[in-house]
Amino acid sequence: MNEVYVIGGMALVTFAIRYTMFALSGRLQFSEPFIKALRYVPPAVLTAIVVPAVVIPTGSDLQLSYTNARLIAALIACAVSWFSQNLLLTIVVGMMAFLGWQWLLLTGLV
Amino acid sequence: MMHPPSKPSPRSEFLAGCQATFPLIVGAIPFGLIFGALAASSGLSWLGTVAMSAIVFAGASQFIALGLLATGTHWLIIVLTTFVVNLRHLLYSVALVPHVKSLPSRWKLPLGFWLTDETFAVVINRYNQPDDSPYKHWYHLGSALFMYSNWQLCTWLGLTVGRMLPDATTWGLDFAMSVTFIGMVIPYLINRPMLATSLVAGGVALATYSLPNKLGLILASLAGIGAGIGAERWSEAEPKRT
Repeated sequence: MNEVYVIGGMALVTFAIRYTMFALSGRLQFSEPFIKALRYVPPAVLTAIVVPAVVIPTGSDLQLSYTNARLIAALIACAVSWFSQNLLLTIVVGMMAFLGWQWLLLTGLV
Repeated sequence: MMHPPSKPSPRSEFLAGCQATFPLIVGAIPFGLIFGALAASSGLSWLGTVAMSAIVFAGASQFIALGLLATGTHWLIIVLTTFVVNLRHLLYSVALVPHVKSLPSRWKLPLGFWLTDETFAVVINRYNQPDDSPYKHWYHLGSALFMYSNWQLCTWLGLTVGRMLPDATTWGLDFAMSVTFIGMVIPYLINRPMLATSLVAGGVALATYSLPNKLGLILASLAGIGAGIGAERWSEAEPKRT
């Protein structure tokens, strides 16, 4: 029964957040500065999700060291993305770098 | 990197939306598999796992919910946490309002339900392209449906195949989401205001990381947006001084 409340509640709040603005959109009129500000939404939100996930991998403490495979792979992914501007390549190289570095750490080669 | 369909039609826009979303699907696959594989160990039933992916459809908060379920957290706290974690979607939907406001409800309703980080990032670029294709919402639908069906399939695969590989959840494949987002952010960083946005959002996210219910995510996002606006004003004012 608990499960029904959890899932039902999660579905309800998620949908409410996503849909409310769409539902009101016929009546909403945004100002020019506000629309300009919206352009900063994607990089702001995405960076705020990624940075802690990369440098606080266990969710408890900051790991700024070569033993953090996520950090090494993230730096490589940044470089690949910057030079190639290719999303698929960035994902594939980034994941390979992550799994490869993790393996090197496990085997004690680095 | 992204071309508008040469001859816009609902079909060509729909397919272009799917195509542009493909790289993000690649990043979402491991994430979905792990969700499915991890769900059982947190005490969520088979049906509950499938239902959560089908009707909540929010990767990050589904993961957080698993963690909270495993520690026996009260359902109200889980729902509240979901609310806070997904508040970022409010920012996305506000940004999409100018583009969807003239659509009928039968479009707005499903497009609202299917709004994710990935689809937002893809479709906002399409909407902002200068061509006046009247079918850009079909592009949006293509991206959303592709993400949704992939998430359902991966949850199910994780539940079935993923559970046969007991170690799979410790490989850290969830890193696919981080690397996907990196690939989405870097192309934005072409001027100082965008750079300021990203640096401040990242810094504040770290500084506020220990706040409960992922509240830091919202604070960091708002700080980043503020930094972008500030830097834009500052760089506009600069030439006038000379």
